[in-house]
Amino acid sequence: MATGYVVRPNRYFDSVFLMGVNQRLARVEGVRQTAVLMASEQNKRLLSEIGVDGADIRAADADDLVVAVVAEDPAIVSSVLAGLDEALTTAMSVTATSDLHTLEDGLRAKPSANMALLTIPGGFVYPEARKALEAGLDLFVFSSNVPVEDERRLKELARDRHRLVMGPDCGTSIVNGVGLGFANAVRRGTIGAIGPSGTGLQEFTCLVHHAGLGISHAIGTGSHDLSDEVGGITSLMALDKLEADPRTEVIAIIAKPAGPATRARLVERLEACGKPVVACVLGSTAPGSAGGKIVWAKTIDAAAEAAVRLRGNRETPAATKPLPALPSTAQIRATWTPSQKNMRGLFAGGTLCYQSQQILREAGMVVHSNAPLDPADLLGPYEVSRGHTLIDMGDEFHTLGRLHPMIDGSLRRQRIVAESVDPSVGILLLDFILGRNASPSPVGDVLDAVVEGQRARSKSDGRLTVIASICGTEDDPQDLKQQEDLLRQAGVLVFHSNARATSFCLELLSGDEGGGDGPEGG
Amino acid sequence: MDPKADNALDHPLVVVNLGLKGFAESLERQGVEVVQVDWIPPAGGDAEMQELLDELL
Repeated sequence: MATGYVVRPNRYFDSVFLMGVNQRLARVEGVRQTAVLMASEQNKRLLSEIGVDGADIRAADADDLVVAVVAEDPAIVSSVLAGLDEALTTAMSVTATSDLHTLEDGLRAKPSANMALLTIPGGFVYPEARKALEAGLDLFVFSSNVPVEDERRLKELARDRHRLVMGPDCGTSIVNGVGLGFANAVRRGTIGAIGPSGTGLQEFTCLVHHAGLGISHAIGTGSHDLSDEVGGITSLMALDKLEADPRTEVIAIIAKPAGPATRARLVERLEACGKPVVACVLGSTAPGSAGGKIVWAKTIDAAAEAAVRLRGNRETPAATKPLPALPSTAQIRATWTPSQKNMRGLFAGGTLCYQSQQILREAGMVVHSNAPLDPADLLGPYEVSRGHTLIDMGDEFHTLGRLHPMIDGSLRRQRIVAESVDPSVGILLLDFILGRNASPSPVGDVLDAVVEGQRARSKSDGRLTVIASICGTEDDPQDLKQQEDLLRQAGVLVFHSNARATSFCLELLSGDEGGGDGPEGG
Repeated sequence: MDPKADNALDHPLVVVNLGLKGFAESLERQGVEVVQVDWIPPAGGDAEMQELLDELL
């Protein structure tokens, strides 16, 4: 195997542009792997892991471009690297460029700006975000890998200046009816939401929409906001804002586990809230506020249902409606062999992966994961799945130098096939998250892998049951119905909520005939 | 804090988008006033040095 690379100093490009160049270079026959990256410390470590290292890479900075190629033949490496400039020029020609390159340029061009949206590398966020706050702007910071100390300092400054910092690592917000990040196209209404969980907020807002109601604001706080290091600064400020907001009648908070001190402060604040409050804090044991005014929900769909009920609407979310007759668990299990005892889950949504683990563990199952609830169940980055395994495909390992699986399904495709051919597997659980800035067809990205995986199974290995949750609305750019139809045509059982999909997996694995609810029919 | 302090929850959004152009396009499609900044790192790409300079200036 031959390896080669070039370093181009002071050529900064954003990650989407680099992915485009990468895809162009990777198409060349005989190329095993390509990496087109800015030379951040993290990316340099990644390059070293794939065997690309050198003094000029080690000396490079985050605004230097590195292009590495691994191929079967040194001549192919040379040829690809020789064609780099052409690939860059072609990619640049289809990317209209702006003459504005700094925050200050942007503020001069748009002096009335009241929000800055940041998708720049995490190591550069602090100085830019601070300048934006000092200029009186609110912030939506999509960037991840921002040091938690930077986050705390930014949020303290924001609090002093009455500004909101949504993020860092904030996937979704809906402000004044405007969707930021991956937000789904939901109608406006009277239910306000707050949450460090991007996909959790997406599922919550979509289920409220399916129930016929709408969202006043949904404020993403960033995934670390409820850590004790940050202290929930944005969550508490968002709560103040929604409590004072005349449009908002019910407030819901959707969260993964919080730091103990922050959780206590948050619960105290929620109890004092002057509006009805629903709280879903995944990973929490029984809430310690029995008798309090907070309505606690164990799952995201239960939170949506509770919020809708508090709003006084008799309609229940689609996820909990009685469902059309479908194959019973016995009928499905009849297509399995006795050795099909395991389920595998491959998730684009980290919170959904977390929630599925919680549901399965509460039923007594041991679940392995790269993002486990119990560290003892950790599955290392290079380990193959064993027993019941749920993988968060959006974790740091899987997204290093790559786009998030909500934007690019290529890594999930490979793993879908690998899991599908394991004869011990009965169920493959997937999530599909529609929304702005997500892949134009999250289902289309991986569907051929689902079909290929089913076909590749030996007949004596039994049939693989593929179950999916899909989060989105009919107004999303991807068209919910069309995406659902694609899944159903491939024999996939479709749910609108991750918790319902996971509970159905549980019924199948336990052979439980109870319930009678099946997946949602079209 | 004063929850009534003006912020983007109370007014139509006007956005400066630093980074991925798709995010600005998504806002434009929703009728939001937005300016795209093709952000580049400060000279040398050294975030710590830039922060020090910002503190000094």
